[in-house]
Amino acid sequence: MERRIGVYICHCGSNIAGTVDCEKVTEFARGLDSVVVARDYKYMCSDPGQNLIKDDIKEHGLNRVVVASCSPRMHEPTFRHACQDAGLNQYLFEMANIREHCSWVHEDKGMATEKAKALVNAAVRRVYYHEPLETKEVPVNPNVLVVGGGIAGIQAALEVADSGHQVYLVEKDPSIGGHMAMFDKTFPTLDCAACILTPKMTTIGQHPYIQLMTCSEVEDVSGYVGNFKVKIRKRAKYIDEDKCTGCGQCQELCPISVPSEFDCGLGKRKAIYIPFPYAVPNKAVIDPVKCSHLKGLAEGKDVCRICEKGIEKKGLPGCEADAIDFKQKDEIVEVEVGNIIVATGFQQFDPSVIYQYGYGRYDNVFTGLEFERMSNASGPTNGEVLLADGRKPESIAILHCVGSRDENYHKYCSRVCCMYSLKYSHLLREKVPEAAAYQLYIDMRCAGSGYEEFYERLQEEGVNFVRGRAGEITNIAERPEEEGKLIVICEDTLVRRKRRIPVDMVIMSCALEPRADADQIAKTFSLSRKADGFFLEKHPKLDPVATMTDGVFVVGCCQSPKDIPDTVAQASAAACRALAMISKGKVEIEAAIAVVDEELCAGCKICVDLCPYKAISFDEEKKVSHINEAVCKGCGVCVAACPSGAISGRHFTTEQIMAEIEGVLV
Amino acid sequence: MSFEPKIVGILCNWCSYAGADLAGISRKKYTPNVRVVRVMCSGRVDPTFVLKAFESGADGVLICGCHPGECHYAEGNYKAARRIPLLKKMLSQLGIEDERVRLEWVSASEGDRFASIVDEMTEQIRRLGPFSRNGGGENG
Repeated sequence: MERRIGVYICHCGSNIAGTVDCEKVTEFARGLDSVVVARDYKYMCSDPGQNLIKDDIKEHGLNRVVVASCSPRMHEPTFRHACQDAGLNQYLFEMANIREHCSWVHEDKGMATEKAKALVNAAVRRVYYHEPLETKEVPVNPNVLVVGGGIAGIQAALEVADSGHQVYLVEKDPSIGGHMAMFDKTFPTLDCAACILTPKMTTIGQHPYIQLMTCSEVEDVSGYVGNFKVKIRKRAKYIDEDKCTGCGQCQELCPISVPSEFDCGLGKRKAIYIPFPYAVPNKAVIDPVKCSHLKGLAEGKDVCRICEKGIEKKGLPGCEADAIDFKQKDEIVEVEVGNIIVATGFQQFDPSVIYQYGYGRYDNVFTGLEFERMSNASGPTNGEVLLADGRKPESIAILHCVGSRDENYHKYCSRVCCMYSLKYSHLLREKVPEAAAYQLYIDMRCAGSGYEEFYERLQEEGVNFVRGRAGEITNIAERPEEEGKLIVICEDTLVRRKRRIPVDMVIMSCALEPRADADQIAKTFSLSRKADGFFLEKHPKLDPVATMTDGVFVVGCCQSPKDIPDTVAQASAAACRALAMISKGKVEIEAAIAVVDEELCAGCKICVDLCPYKAISFDEEKKVSHINEAVCKGCGVCVAACPSGAISGRHFTTEQIMAEIEGVLV
Repeated sequence: MSFEPKIVGILCNWCSYAGADLAGISRKKYTPNVRVVRVMCSGRVDPTFVLKAFESGADGVLICGCHPGECHYAEGNYKAARRIPLLKKMLSQLGIEDERVRLEWVSASEGDRFASIVDEMTEQIRRLGPFSRNGGGENG
């Protein structure tokens, strides 16, 4: 069939036309083989721009279309639809990227124009070999998997479940709640974190459409958008959850005391424990690493079991609900879902690596999270701000940007530290009103609804703001007033003076960083990570919840540091995206997959083992390979490997790629 | 006028092409010598693509894929990591300099890295001189 190709060069305002001579490129395109019409236009993606294509398809009988504009990752779907609207199969379209790969990265207009011509030439040569393809529609499984039970995961799960769709909420820890459950108050409204969070947590626990799995982790994800198969490991809790009433008697009895993770090690918990008073589920779990009976079992000994049996001599009964089950094993649960929302959160930067700050060496240097627990009425000091020796501090310094905005650790700003530092000052004013409070900051960043106002309020509350990053914390006194104190050494950059500030307590506003297991999570869910280690969204501006893997969304601090309102908004957005897909009920599957030409296949089976998705099977009768269309993802590994050239990758055929390579080399 | 090499860049869709897009979005400037051909995965790079590029007048070929362990298709980049060194062995027997073919890992967040790889490779090939089908560059 005769090829009739239309070529459209986009100016993108001045984004392309500022560097590339679009008229010249259009003129060049006009002279190319099989090109019937070539035009340039200010914004090809606009309605009039798309109409140009549609009208030409009808008027000039175009059977191939090339648009030279931005990245296909941006507007390929737009132009494919335009073609389809005009009755042209969407795969008979090709895009030349003359913006991201050309006008935006080059300065020399002549050379940029030459490169644009080459890219257009390549697209024209490639599209010549394009074949019409049919996409397949598959139904969307209406179940949703939410990974992570912090505020992000909680919000996303509730949004989906409230619409009447099944949610599987997987949480690694024994309770949901995440970091927010550890906080005392929230800025700038000073709402009590637990007061606003626990109603949501309780709802999760009781929701008819939410299956909550705590102490659980996703081990494997297979399948594709709309149809994922997920393998979840439910770690043994050694407690029959249906029987446990959460009475807490077992943790009273347990003789093993260990530092509590929830209290950042400032308080203790038992080896059998309910993580915190408002935990959901409010059930006990046994820590197999600390429990002396479970440790004994490994050595063939039967010891302790006090939680189960009680202490007879004292007349204390063991678990009356008979809920303790030392024989419990890990369980693998398989669920099928259509969408996955990843809300795995962050971890706090460990400041002990900054040796000069003395965290871990000095008793009264605390992290932000430790202070949250100390300040919290349910915390280890019942909400009192106390020094390690039990005294009340008379002076406190709060250090901003510990691990953030620092080339040695994290270059990025963690976004929430200025605000939570201000919150700490306010809490200190309430709890130790006589104490002098210092804030050592680089810049105050208080962007958000009511945030600047909160900053102003704190200035009026009498906080000493010192502009300068702390250089060192020492206990070596140089003056009598420094005796027995921690001395914060810094340069006050507003008065250009080195200062030594003696204080009793230092609180470090530590960076939010990607979790240590972020790499593993990324692999499990096929996510990419940004240079700073957080998960990469599909588009930083226009698609901040979707990812490169269709059907997988990222929300909350696993995507980037953010405050609670932004996290909640993003979580709702991801839920909305999942629900949109569920509501549509079906999803289009890319037609660009591999196919075997049985005539050419020699039956060598090389492809069978290469396929990462096990999509290729061997037909023993015909002695040829066979590719399962639903499983193939179109990577093309088998295409490149087939020694007989029997496998072709649709839409990325050898012919098409070769033509493109030739084309870029004009 | 100095010699301006023509380099064909074969980039995987998920990491490296996105990385090159990011270089654009961040307006990172680099030499216009690389022209990009997109494939879905670096594992799709058939060694004959490289030969085709040289046959069609390329002075160098840059292949970019996801970092090890980050392949969108699990392990396609490992296939590239095996195939390309084998190809380079063969190319060296044909007298084609090692520097003319490069396999690099560029993630979707590494726009800067993509730009500096392009600049570096362009400079290298500029020094080597144009590719000649009769065995290596003019200076080589």
